[in-house]
Amino acid sequence: MPEFILVLVNEVPVRVERGSTVAVALFVAGVPARRSVNGSPRSPVCGMGVCMECRAEVDGVLHSRTCQIVCEPNMQVRTQ
Amino acid sequence: MTRSFDVLVVGAGPAGIAAAVCAADEGREVAIVDENPHPGGQIWRIGRENTEHGKVVGDAEVWMRRLDRTSVQSFLGWHIFDAPAPKVLRAAWGPEVAELHFKSLIIATGARERLLPFPGWTLPNVLGAGGLQALVKAGLPIRGKRVVVAGTGPLLIAVAVYLRQKGADVVALCEQASTSNLLKFGIGLLGQPTKLADAVRFGWQSRGIPLRTSCWPTAALGRDKLERVALNDNGRAVEIEADYLACGFHLVPNCQLVSLVGCVLDGSYVRVDEFQQTTVADVFSAGETTGVGGVEAALVEGQIAGLTAAGARQKAASLLKERNATRRFTRLLDRTYALNPDLRRLPASDTIVCRCEDVSMKAVQGNASWREAKLQSRVGMGACQGRICGAACEFLFGWGMESVRPPIQPVPVGSLIGTRAENF
Repeated sequence: MPEFILVLVNEVPVRVERGSTVAVALFVAGVPARRSVNGSPRSPVCGMGVCMECRAEVDGVLHSRTCQIVCEPNMQVRTQ
Repeated sequence: MTRSFDVLVVGAGPAGIAAAVCAADEGREVAIVDENPHPGGQIWRIGRENTEHGKVVGDAEVWMRRLDRTSVQSFLGWHIFDAPAPKVLRAAWGPEVAELHFKSLIIATGARERLLPFPGWTLPNVLGAGGLQALVKAGLPIRGKRVVVAGTGPLLIAVAVYLRQKGADVVALCEQASTSNLLKFGIGLLGQPTKLADAVRFGWQSRGIPLRTSCWPTAALGRDKLERVALNDNGRAVEIEADYLACGFHLVPNCQLVSLVGCVLDGSYVRVDEFQQTTVADVFSAGETTGVGGVEAALVEGQIAGLTAAGARQKAASLLKERNATRRFTRLLDRTYALNPDLRRLPASDTIVCRCEDVSMKAVQGNASWREAKLQSRVGMGACQGRICGAACEFLFGWGMESVRPPIQPVPVGSLIGTRAENF
């Protein structure tokens, strides 16, 4: 059976399967990862750390590539 | 931290793993660097869920096991960002910096998806085809979601089959190549039994998925995220409701590092001789950087590069016949999935081309070169450093990517000026 953990996305608890990346938590939360230069919402695109569209603040580190970071219990994620 | 190796391999996909294993088996001191936390690259992606039924299988299992048995030192999660002097690369892991010295360098940095701009492609829930697959492998729940898979290349069918196995409702599989090109591809495979078997297997597994050829997305529509996909299906306009659009136009090689160390490119690929030697002494390249040929090509080229770098040229020579066969497959892929020139007309004048800096089509077109477009419009000057829009502009305008400058990945300023982590 898959095991689930909770992370906080903009203070809201989100349930993801253990081992999921932070990018997955953003999709599950239904929030865009970031706002573009002109303010339009963006979500992860390439899934492999190239496109930079998945950047968000993870445990205080701004501009983290969320598709390359695995969720830890109670991780604090903030969209940018 | 400063470390020295006989052979330094960058990229731990099939080509890099094969190269590292072969060089280590010849008794050389070898290190392998990859920015992903696990070896395997994109094709043998492991992590939360392994390649099949919870374990690594097939070639992947064989080569991962061989890698484990060697003394190869792994730098996983590290990314190369600079080549400060000949025979030295600088790598970062968070704020940590390492100087890696080498006698021979093997660059096996693989490929990324080519993404092309069309109206609405920046909407949330529009991803690359491999991009959506990677996210589902990373835990994204997809059961019951309606997905349009689109673009071009053999990856599309693999992605559609994978997503359906995970419970997605693949409502359309849109391949821009024509049916006649795909038939020629099938005929071209007749001389290559393992490739033909793969094709037949995927054909069987994909039965029931509605395949449209000469078909591509013309717009992604929705308010805050994707709701519908507009398609050009053989000249006919069609709209389909969807939760995700997974759209990628085959692959482009990751040639930033080969360019940084001064290797000459032929078009978008690095120029190598039959022993995978680039135009720079003691620098080799293997796998997708030399031509997009898939995992078999990567494995044989990686072995040749690893053996040659280790001085075992005779052993490498025994693999040249196999290399010629994989090269034929590479050329067949290029012909089959050549992009329809009509795709150049997809972006409207207000369509964003550079997603990082929000630069529109009208600001980019009309420039004479990639360099001029960057200077005039900031296209390609954002966080991805042109990895997405550069490959798009190469197709849209025929521009070559002439200059690469360090850092080739964003790094903290401290890493850039050589500050060690202990000074933070």
